Amino acid sequence: MENSLGRNLSAELLQKLAYQPYQTTDFGHPKIQRHAPMVTATTGNDKVVNSLKEVVQKTVRNGMTISFHHHFREGDFVFNKVMRIIIDAGYQDLTLAPSSLTNVMNDIVVEAIEKGVVTNITSSGMRGSLGDAISHGVLDNPVIFRSHGGRARAIEEGSLNIDVAFLGVPNADRLGNANGMNGKTAFGSLGYALIDAQYADKVVLITDNLQEYPNTPASIKQTQVDYVVPIEQVGDPDKIGSGATRFTKDPKELKIAKMVNQVIVNSPYFKEGFSFQTGSGGAALAVTRFLRESMLEKDIKASFALGGVTKPTVDLLEEGLIGRIMDVQDFDKGAAKSMHLNQNQQEIDASWYADPANKGAMVDQLDVAILSALEVDTDFNVNVMTGSDGVIRGAIGGHQDAATAKLTIICAPLVRGRIATIVPKVTTAVTPGASIDVIVTEIGIAINPKRTDLQQALAHVPGLVVYTIEQLQQKAEAIVGKAQPLQFKQRPVALVEYRDGTIIDEINEVQD
Amino acid sequence: MSDSATRLRRTMMFVPGNNPAMIKDAGIYGADSVMFDLEDGVSLAEKDAARYLVYEALTNIDYGDTELVVRINGADTPFYDNDIKAMVKAGVDVIRLPKVESAEMIQDLEVKVAAAEKEFDKPAGSINLMAAIESAQGVLSAAEIAKASKRMIGIALSAEDYTTDMKTHRYSDGAELFFARNMILHAARAAKIAAFDTVFTNMDDPEGFYRETKLIHQLGFDGKSLVNPRQVEMVNKVYEPTKKEILNAQNVIAAIAQAQKKGSGVISMDGQMVDRPVALRAQRVMMLAKAAHLVDEEGNYLGE
Repeated sequence: MENSLGRNLSAELLQKLAYQPYQTTDFGHPKIQRHAPMVTATTGNDKVVNSLKEVVQKTVRNGMTISFHHHFREGDFVFNKVMRIIIDAGYQDLTLAPSSLTNVMNDIVVEAIEKGVVTNITSSGMRGSLGDAISHGVLDNPVIFRSHGGRARAIEEGSLNIDVAFLGVPNADRLGNANGMNGKTAFGSLGYALIDAQYADKVVLITDNLQEYPNTPASIKQTQVDYVVPIEQVGDPDKIGSGATRFTKDPKELKIAKMVNQVIVNSPYFKEGFSFQTGSGGAALAVTRFLRESMLEKDIKASFALGGVTKPTVDLLEEGLIGRIMDVQDFDKGAAKSMHLNQNQQEIDASWYADPANKGAMVDQLDVAILSALEVDTDFNVNVMTGSDGVIRGAIGGHQDAATAKLTIICAPLVRGRIATIVPKVTTAVTPGASIDVIVTEIGIAINPKRTDLQQALAHVPGLVVYTIEQLQQKAEAIVGKAQPLQFKQRPVALVEYRDGTIIDEINEVQD
Repeated sequence: MSDSATRLRRTMMFVPGNNPAMIKDAGIYGADSVMFDLEDGVSLAEKDAARYLVYEALTNIDYGDTELVVRINGADTPFYDNDIKAMVKAGVDVIRLPKVESAEMIQDLEVKVAAAEKEFDKPAGSINLMAAIESAQGVLSAAEIAKASKRMIGIALSAEDYTTDMKTHRYSDGAELFFARNMILHAARAAKIAAFDTVFTNMDDPEGFYRETKLIHQLGFDGKSLVNPRQVEMVNKVYEPTKKEILNAQNVIAAIAQAQKKGSGVISMDGQMVDRPVALRAQRVMMLAKAAHLVDEEGNYLGE
């Protein structure tokens, strides 16, 4: 079976899992019944449990779906502590449904799979030894990859039903009022975890900082929480977010960033009250700097910045160049700290951020999105999931969601080392070309031919060289040559959902 | 013979000949010239590898209109002959000889280049030459070095070796280089070839870089040797003509065109005669304006 991007999908698997193939980026206006969690009523005086082991015993049963968030990133202690107990207790057949999986979680997930503890996984992405193991077929059932908005949709509509959410927080009171902003392991916005807190049948907060009741501001509320478990430490503050975000000195990244800025400034969207989302990569951060100069020069202010937030974006807020930051995640300490100092930095949950099955999400209001890519093909489809060896080593994150912006710019070098970035066909299609408008490489840009308005607006920008996507692909090939096609077994190890819940691609087991 | 009437040489970016990543990307930063280094930037153990690498780059990578220069090892090294042969075979635009102290050194190079052109079936005279002046003797011989060969397109000051030779070092105001800069500039101008200023290595001192670049721009240098791609646009910024200069140049060129149309030998603008230096300066201003994207292909001003 092929979907509308011409990606080959296993009809049998789609039928078994009741999936439809991807068709279009247009979500339409369907009526959707939201799912509600099972609530065990309490006055709240019995929520504090003093051991993780005990809370696991109280909540987890074989065959359940359990979730975690990834706001502690590489400094996370909670995931490993809980999973250790679950593995040692001999649970079987669990579905692991975290908002994403970071490298510190890899080894214990592989162990849980090998022992039959975890038999299903859904995540935004995975890297390192876990991605490698999955790509080599360690898990019998295919992993389901969802964007942040797609995960919120799946939870809200009930296709992802979380039995127990184990949510680490940098503070909480005895009833479960908590936020992500205070405490030594603060990370800022609780964006992704808020959905779990709202929809999981059992919500367990794990904290190293038990506060006097009532603890405010409360992002997670006592009405949602079943148990509060105080532990020694929930994370390593030094690894949660990078320290001071430094602007890149890499001349190639700077050149790309400068061209991205030229694209934005010369587009019809660069006007008073525009909105934007940038990533956290070197070039994306540098865009913020060039954009700042252009905003000052033209006396233009943005109404909001969206998504994962870094200090340079906060600086623009403080300078008055951005009206609001709509903050689903903070990548560095500066951004996290700013959340409780600046009331114009609004915490938003993943649904508000990016869920298409909504009465309006922030991404629907977004003018400009700057995103990255591992590969882009001549149909503008983007891969952010599998490497040049076909192995899973990435995450969808908000890529599919933010790409629905009015102007979506992908910045990527033409080649990385000996590997082409602009290719005839992506290894894995994650974000459809229909939602991508401009590709920016160090040698020039390519504009989606559907965007004749942008073709016109960007045709005569001084110093901005416009190629066709085919020309960029050929230039990449001229440098690194034609790659041998990757060899896969006919066995899907993962399915990539589009944000609407259809299947945009499948990832097969690699053949070594 | 110099082609400086048609080619800008504001920026000559150094790229170590043993660094594949930098060699691959050398063309994307908009440097007017890229200089692949086989000499001081390459350790003895890597001399052959660097020569192979640069040869492959020159013959395989599309650098567009960028002028491609290779700094070869000196005549007193065992690498000199092979460097010349490989670079001529690769069809490099310019061979840069380091530590030049006499016209004979250039003439010796020219003989070898001519022989290599013949050996590898390259058009005779297709490979240009330039000299780096790095000593007191070189500075004093600059005038004869600049005129040593018809292939010469430029001479460059290399201040690190020169200041050592002069028993001094580099200062921020550049006073120690005044004599050398002026000697080299005069030698270049008298020979009608390009003059390149020395490198500025401290990337954490953009103010100092701008100060030095403004100085050499004022003196009349064609451009500057660079160690970092980020310096390209800084130099270009200094060499950008002002709006007033561009509008004036447009008027001069229009007056010339009008005079040619009328078949008039005397060109006048606003009642004043346009003489040759004014016309040449106008052409250079328009070339710089085009390169800085301040005018379009037809020469219409794009600013504001």
